Amino acid sequence: MTSVLVSSPYISPSSSLRRLMINVNIGLIPGTLAYAWFFGVGVIINILLAIVFALAYEAVILWLRKKPVIPHLTDYSAVVAAWLFALCLPMHAPWWLVAVGIGFTMIAGKHLYGGLGFNPFNPAMVGYVVLLISFPLEMTTWYLPIAISGESIGLADSIAYSLGLADIQQWDALSSATPLDQFKTLSGQNISASEIRLSPVFGNFVAVGWEWIAACWFIGGLWLLYTRTIKWQIPVAVLGSISLCALVFYLYDPERIASPLFHLFSGAIMLGAFFIATDPVTAATTDKGRIAYGILIGLLVYLIRNWGGYPDGIAFAVLLANMCVPLIDYYTQPRVYGVNTDRSDDE
Amino acid sequence: MNTKAWSIKLHPMYGGLQLEDHKTGSLTQGLQQASLPPQLLLPLKQHIGVTNKALVRPGDRVLRGQLIADSSSPISSPLHAPTSGWIREIAAHPVPHPSWQSDTCIVIDVDGKDEVLPSHAVDTQNLSVTKFIKLIHDAGIVGLGGASFPTSPKISRGDNLGIETLIINGVECEPYITCDDILMQTYTDEVINGIAWLQRILKPASTLIGIEDNKPEAIKAMKQALSAGNLDNTHVVDIPTIYPSGGEKQLIQILTGKEIPKAKLAFDIGLFCQNVGTCAAISRALDQNQPLISRIVTLSGDGIRQPGNWEVRLGTPISHLIELAGGYLDNQARRHLVMGGPMMGFSLSGDQVPIVKASNNILIMQQQTIPQAPGDHAECIRCSRCADVCPAQLLPQQLYWHARAGAYDKTEEFNLFDCIECGCCSTVCPSEIPLVQYYRTAKSEIRAAQQAKFKSDRARIRFEFREKRLLLRKQQEEERRRLKREALKKKIPQVLNDDSVIDPVQAALARVKAKKQEQPVANPPKNTTNLSAAQQRQIKEADARRRTAHEQRA
Repeated sequence: MTSVLVSSPYISPSSSLRRLMINVNIGLIPGTLAYAWFFGVGVIINILLAIVFALAYEAVILWLRKKPVIPHLTDYSAVVAAWLFALCLPMHAPWWLVAVGIGFTMIAGKHLYGGLGFNPFNPAMVGYVVLLISFPLEMTTWYLPIAISGESIGLADSIAYSLGLADIQQWDALSSATPLDQFKTLSGQNISASEIRLSPVFGNFVAVGWEWIAACWFIGGLWLLYTRTIKWQIPVAVLGSISLCALVFYLYDPERIASPLFHLFSGAIMLGAFFIATDPVTAATTDKGRIAYGILIGLLVYLIRNWGGYPDGIAFAVLLANMCVPLIDYYTQPRVYGVNTDRSDDE
Repeated sequence: MNTKAWSIKLHPMYGGLQLEDHKTGSLTQGLQQASLPPQLLLPLKQHIGVTNKALVRPGDRVLRGQLIADSSSPISSPLHAPTSGWIREIAAHPVPHPSWQSDTCIVIDVDGKDEVLPSHAVDTQNLSVTKFIKLIHDAGIVGLGGASFPTSPKISRGDNLGIETLIINGVECEPYITCDDILMQTYTDEVINGIAWLQRILKPASTLIGIEDNKPEAIKAMKQALSAGNLDNTHVVDIPTIYPSGGEKQLIQILTGKEIPKAKLAFDIGLFCQNVGTCAAISRALDQNQPLISRIVTLSGDGIRQPGNWEVRLGTPISHLIELAGGYLDNQARRHLVMGGPMMGFSLSGDQVPIVKASNNILIMQQQTIPQAPGDHAECIRCSRCADVCPAQLLPQQLYWHARAGAYDKTEEFNLFDCIECGCCSTVCPSEIPLVQYYRTAKSEIRAAQQAKFKSDRARIRFEFREKRLLLRKQQEEERRRLKREALKKKIPQVLNDDSVIDPVQAALARVKAKKQEQPVANPPKNTTNLSAAQQRQIKEADARRRTAHEQRA
């Protein structure tokens, strides 16, 4: 008979890394489909390209670091990072932009720190911010939703453009600022909110297309909560703090300031709150800490959206909050059983 | 009689985990009596504390209940022969221990007669509390919940401190184990009588019997026995099934909402916890004059043909029990034996090891479920599921981080020693990190370092003391010489002529001469001088006898 000297517990683990990552990927599907529905298949090409590049980079680095390649590649963490990164790109990006960005994500953002679990900054956001600063023109070219322009850049054209075989300028007529950007620019020109909202991009609710995509991220987020892939603290704190900030200023001056609903249903706040800020590696780890971390992100996003140099601020807000994580974790440690029991008796 | 409705407000414990309990398999049949094996192996040490010394020799015949090993230390528990037979040897054999080490065992060749040591019943009605505690000690009773701490020192400590609430632990929260469940169903009266004894000794204001609500039969049996009995202020409390609610700290928290302060024990806050099995053993010792020679053991797991509960004599080899349970399910399968539950138990080296006082469950798994060695797993992704389930409210991922880096001082800052090693964190870790194994390693490293530091400190103190002592001796020597020199300086001018050169040899000779002249040598007195008249007469008589004797011989 064979016995093995291993220490307890002897029960199969109830979850696995792979399962968690697959859950995140599943959660991303509805939002991604909505994105493609409203803005064309470009986003799917971006995602696929990013995943291929991410796996390739990771394989090379794992090989260089003499780590087992297949087990690490199949934990699907690279797929999640690539998918999130690609969602931040403009819907039509040349392949090299994807390659450079995901390169930063995987190499500088992840493996230079020691790989999965050791990176202090959200890798997808690192890659995105590097591109945003280095290639501002390419990174801010957005297009009108198909519902407004009535035509879309088809699959063949998207692929051709992505591979550098076609010139995107023929579609210049379709390019447009994002609703967030447009609101910011116009309100900076002293145009009132009610007038701004007459522009077709804003549609009837918040912003054509964007509102549905945000709703789909929200559904994906519910899936993550349902499968206990994430806990409620971070998304609730992020959405709560940005809503509260927006509400206070909106009540103060509804003609100049965008409403809380506008903030929640445009831009990337839903994606950020459920999928980006909740990256366990780079987020705070205590329950109280997660709330503080989420509040900080919501606050920073609101500040950047209103007074910063960029129309949306998820990436910067998340990276700045990542920096505060050690501090937040340190000051939000739970009280250990039996320590300072006098205090709990007083409560 | 306690008929009116009674209710208690339960408190939540921290963390915890809902586990599949796997308990039905071993509960399908009631308690069975295990047959006697041909040989019993009794490790001298089956308790926490000082190791016993064997009181028997190979070749001795022993009877059931006879004391065969004991120690004079208060933290120890004597050992009795579980049946009659002959002592074969006292030698090292594999014992159930996480290290798979061998330890000294008394081996008894069972004669099958099961002859009992005649003993006179003790009149327990008029005994003092101290006598009770002594009887409990003499019966070899230890905590049967798994820790096997000797019961008598625990009770006497609790008795000194004054107990407000007596908590009886029938929770049995680990999966697979059902021995306490079956005990409460089968030996309900003994459990109740044991509780009555504890109440008589400790005089608690109230008694709470905590049982997890996945044991409806045991709860029913205990409630019925209580309503028929006459125990004051004693209540069965069914608590929610959540692992590890049966940990002493957790059960106290659930029942009272109190936490045992760090580095304190339950009786420091007026509570006293005892396992139901221990209560039954106390009743057997005091009511039936029977020492602890058997216990109920669950055999469970997916690798055994017929899971169940057996009342087993201590020292019975596990292989004998496995035969009783119909043998292994698949003889060819790679299997894994665990003593205790799957969460906190430990692997056994094989089925030749015996049942000891601590053996509540033998788990036979067809294969290892977590075969990972440290270093072979994925990395921590800081998801903090471990922190969510930690009943001690620790930050397991921080502990892991520092333990892995060997930063043991940091692990202590993060309260490593408050970890009860319940295994919840390892079970929920998506990276499948054997967290508890890291903590066990860190704890033993720290203990080893403390030992080493203690030794080196002692060595240093000794060395410093020796240095000091040598220095002091040297100083004293110097001081003595200095005084002598000074004395000489004063003396020399008196002895010598004022004008002569000091010649030490001449001076010495002069001193010797002077001394001789001072004391003229006198003949030392003999013992025949100054004799009294009687003595002279005696001498004369003796001389006369000698002379006659001499003449006769001639």
